[in-house]
Amino acid sequence: MVERRPWLDVVTHVLLLLSAVALLVPVWLALVAATQDVAGVNSVPIHWLPGSHLTENLAEAWQRGGFATRFTTSLIVAVGVTLGKIVLAMLAAFAIVFFQWRARVLVFWAIFITLMLPLEVRIVPTYAVAANALAPFQAILDAIGLTALIQAVSGIHVALEWRLLNSYPGLILPLIATATGTFLYRQFFLTIPEELVEAAKMDGAGPLRFLADVLVPLSRTTMAALATIMFVYAWNQYLWPLLVTTEPERSTVMVELSRMVPRGDGLPEWNIVMAGALLAMLPPLAVVVLMQRWFVRGLVQTEK
Amino acid sequence: MERRATFRSPLLPWLLVLPQLLIIFVFFYWPTGEAFHWAFTLEQPWGGGRQWVGWQNFQEIFGSAAYWSSVRVSLVYAFGTSAVAILVALLLALFIDREVRGSRGWRVALIWPYAIAAPAIGMIFRFVFDPRAGVFSALNAVWPSAWDPALNGTHAMLMLILAGAWQLIAYNFVFFLAGLQSIPRPLIEAAAMDGAGPLRRMRDIQIPLLAPTFFFLVVINLTDSFTNSFGLVDIMTAGGPARATEIMVYKIYADGFKGLDYSGAAAQSIVLMGLVILLTVIQFRFVERKMHYR
Repeated sequence: MVERRPWLDVVTHVLLLLSAVALLVPVWLALVAATQDVAGVNSVPIHWLPGSHLTENLAEAWQRGGFATRFTTSLIVAVGVTLGKIVLAMLAAFAIVFFQWRARVLVFWAIFITLMLPLEVRIVPTYAVAANALAPFQAILDAIGLTALIQAVSGIHVALEWRLLNSYPGLILPLIATATGTFLYRQFFLTIPEELVEAAKMDGAGPLRFLADVLVPLSRTTMAALATIMFVYAWNQYLWPLLVTTEPERSTVMVELSRMVPRGDGLPEWNIVMAGALLAMLPPLAVVVLMQRWFVRGLVQTEK
Repeated sequence: MERRATFRSPLLPWLLVLPQLLIIFVFFYWPTGEAFHWAFTLEQPWGGGRQWVGWQNFQEIFGSAAYWSSVRVSLVYAFGTSAVAILVALLLALFIDREVRGSRGWRVALIWPYAIAAPAIGMIFRFVFDPRAGVFSALNAVWPSAWDPALNGTHAMLMLILAGAWQLIAYNFVFFLAGLQSIPRPLIEAAAMDGAGPLRRMRDIQIPLLAPTFFFLVVINLTDSFTNSFGLVDIMTAGGPARATEIMVYKIYADGFKGLDYSGAAAQSIVLMGLVILLTVIQFRFVERKMHYR
């Protein structure tokens, strides 16, 4: 604080309190709705104080949404995206920063460009790739005439196919195909002093030894920041899981949540739906509140 | 930045980047290429592959009133959401930066909305603004259809903008606060010595020094509103009523996956890609380069 201004401090506090409350109001109303029975949640005017049906509504939402299996699916996807991203990003950034090789700049730009286009804008063709992840390679083989050659020589028709629909790789891999983490790691690796590399080389450590024994331990904070961001990002995905899980029992928590409201004019059972929404948003909320420091750092450093 | 102390190996760096390159090839470059391929071709109705049709798909979307309506809706949503989210976040950050007691506690109290998924908050806002069960139900009981986002396009858009802004405020707040805290303390103190009060300092020192953060957030918020709004729209309005909230991403999804018009959806994707790339280029060329006061 620069100077003492008691009245301004009061104004500040009041303003902050009002905003914090304003941000909280929708979630508070959802919480209140989740504690009502059907009559209570549809009563006019809306209730502002909680009722007594919370546990039964939560149990009903959990059971109706099949959340036991959905939570497992979402958890596997979120952890898979987080781990996959960290490993891929670290290896790629390591190669780009610590090696002298000819294609370095080209590879750097090839990865960099992926920052420009989010998954949503190329969703239709990405879905086609998920139907057969090996289609690109098949097309290349066809184009260079290798398929025809193999068929002529051996009589075998090469047809590469790897269906990703309704599978964990299908849910996870497209979410990893961006450069966010690679850049976070690159920025961090650039701050490593050259003397450390020299010393490691002098002691006879090869590149992989240097990575495992020096860089991995040093990058723990970077890892934590990236992990919180990626976990929240992956858990909260909606459009991609909606498309790639065509069988209802393979879907994620978010997709299932959207199915709790009837399409059309039917009146939703808001108390159950709100209980479901509260359950669905709990894991990322817990991550952000518990790992607040890393989360803020990750947010500012990745700049999305 | 060049390093002199590096490793040399003919094969190892390739092995290290190979997983990342494979994944971005299959799930980024190939689909992006396919989008261009589909945008300029049409699937033959009786099989026989795709036929080159030039700009026909683009002419069709640019000639369609529904497409222009979705562009207009997207712009209203993007600018509305960004304006609300940025102004509110800026105000909050300016006040928190006054370092009143417990400012770390305030940070937690304001940052958590970023963790809430779009479908969850969409569902919550849909309930809160439900004409029969939400906060306006009492008003509707007195004056029927005074508030009905299911029938009134303006109401639906207002509800969407509020939900979108609610999500972005926390993100913007983090950046504004980081920006404010990087302003050198002596600068503020010197101004205070010269007799500038807190509001004067905000106007003449803090807000001008926040300009880079401000422009960065404008670009990020706009990009986010153009691309990341699918979840909210699908849950809250499904593009309705009467296409009043059919933003571009939602129209791509509806045309591609419900209408099975891949070529039309691909052409729309190309337009949206152009828009997003334009915003990114603006960010890199003008915002990151020119705005360095520090």
